[in-house]
Amino acid sequence: MSKMHVTTTINGEPVEFLADVSSTLLDALRGSLGLTGTKEGCGTGDCGACSVTVDGRLMCSCLMLAVEAEGKSIGTIEGMAQGDHLHPLQQKFLEMAALQCGICTPGVLISARALLEKNPDPTEEEVRFGLAGNLCRCTGYDKIVRAVLETAADMRESAR
Amino acid sequence: MTDIRYLAPNTLDEAVSAFAAASGAASILAGGTDLLVQMRAGVRKPGTIIDIKKIPALTAIEDLGGGAFRIGAAVSGAVLAEHMGFAKAWPGVLEAINLIGSKQVQGRASPGGNLCNSSPAGDSVPAMVAAGAVVTIQGPNGKREVPVEAVPAGPGRTTLAPGEIVVSFTFPVRPKGASDAYLRMIPRTEMDIAVVGLGVNLTMEGGVVKAARVGLGAVAPTVLLVEGAAKALIGSRLEDAAVEAAAAACRAACKPIDDKRGTIAYRTKVAGVLLKRVVAIAAARAGGN
Ligand SMILES: Cc1cc2nc3c(=O)[nH]c(=O)nc-3n(C[C@H](O)[C@H](O)[C@H](O)COP(=O)(O)OP(=O)(O)OC[C@H]3O[C@@H](n4cnc5c(N)ncnc54)[C@H](O)[C@@H]3O)c2cc1C
Ligand code: FES
Ligand code: FES
Repeated sequence: MSKMHVTTTINGEPVEFLADVSSTLLDALRGSLGLTGTKEGCGTGDCGACSVTVDGRLMCSCLMLAVEAEGKSIGTIEGMAQGDHLHPLQQKFLEMAALQCGICTPGVLISARALLEKNPDPTEEEVRFGLAGNLCRCTGYDKIVRAVLETAADMRESAR
Repeated sequence: MTDIRYLAPNTLDEAVSAFAAASGAASILAGGTDLLVQMRAGVRKPGTIIDIKKIPALTAIEDLGGGAFRIGAAVSGAVLAEHMGFAKAWPGVLEAINLIGSKQVQGRASPGGNLCNSSPAGDSVPAMVAAGAVVTIQGPNGKREVPVEAVPAGPGRTTLAPGEIVVSFTFPVRPKGASDAYLRMIPRTEMDIAVVGLGVNLTMEGGVVKAARVGLGAVAPTVLLVEGAAKALIGSRLEDAAVEAAAAACRAACKPIDDKRGTIAYRTKVAGVLLKRVVAIAAARAGGN
């Protein structure tokens, strides 16, 4: 099976890897790249556990071929904290216990960050619609939605 | 596992030649939100994948003036949503495209993929039919243009000839007092497949309907242009009788299936209900333009 050579950027770092044409970006991240923070739930675009950003845009890494990453800039959960310094969303999720088993959490955080970048002052409904592509079978969503709204409020406060 | 080839040509000519040369063994890749799911399920096994997103015409949004637009077939819903001019001229088409999947799916899903996947429940298709959008198709024998409703042939089948690629959708000039709307009925509030989808495009002048088009989805093997509904609306002031006649035409056009999402009787009834709701939204927008 012939592999293709892919040159891309992941969390700001230049990266090169080899990929089968039929493998997804999710396969490459979790496989040869060893970035297992991005999770696989369904593999068909329904659960959002595999959420990443590609050139700043939110996508499911299970619905993108690894070879399509050529020349793009990928953002994964591993790039969310700056060293030991957690992103405000990550900090708030810990404080408010907005997770249980945690398998959905990386995807939820990536989506929530994308949402707040576009809309720093979302309503509860906007948060629920914004995160509709992220399924969580543990929390009942309420704690997630509250944590996102509180983070948004904190971030607006500190931006003043 | 067999070897799959991946091509990402920069020109339409290269893409068409490669697609035609593969004689059926190749698949076009736009956002992949249908194709990758089908490959994973094993129902599609392309020998070659031709990614069309590096071809400028496929990802361009061109403002042609007067409300007319040309949209590349592979433009994603998320990119289109950021174009303020398009949202103003064609709010119904945009809301239909933006109903496709989650924010993640929106980052990839395209109107060209929605049309070519040819699901009777594709959300953007009834809205583009109502809009009177023209599809530009390029193939080994050159270029041709057809209305949107001429592309679907049945569930999962299109009228595209081997080697043909959908290049763009052209939306006509918007007269004053024109607007559109789209609604779908789904059992949930997000992330579901339409039980009925309906798009209406109206041109109003002094309270009278001058032109109308109605596109109806998920109630027949293909999305339908309901000419009877348009006829009932044109010339009216949207009096109850005219709107009811248009709703009746939509119900009469339904040839739905019974499935877990809705029975034949339910889908048929909802088609009429949606017609009334969507006409009201389109008319309000047309007045406010
Ligand atoms: C989680 C999820 C939710 C979804 N929700 C909805 C929904 O609510 N409503 C809805 O309508 N759909 C929905 N879909 C289906 C899908 O997202 C849409 O049909 C989307 O518009 C497909 O676009 P794409 O660019 O991803 O297509 P692709 O998967 O790239 O292509 C689809 C098909 O069209 C062919 N094709 C693509 N572009 C061209 C072209 N330019 N010329 C010729 N052939 C072409 C491909 O070969 C393939 O057969 C959903 C999918 C997922 C995974
Ligand atoms: S693994 Fe990608 S959406 Fe579920
Ligand atoms: S915390 Fe378990 S799935 Fe969300």
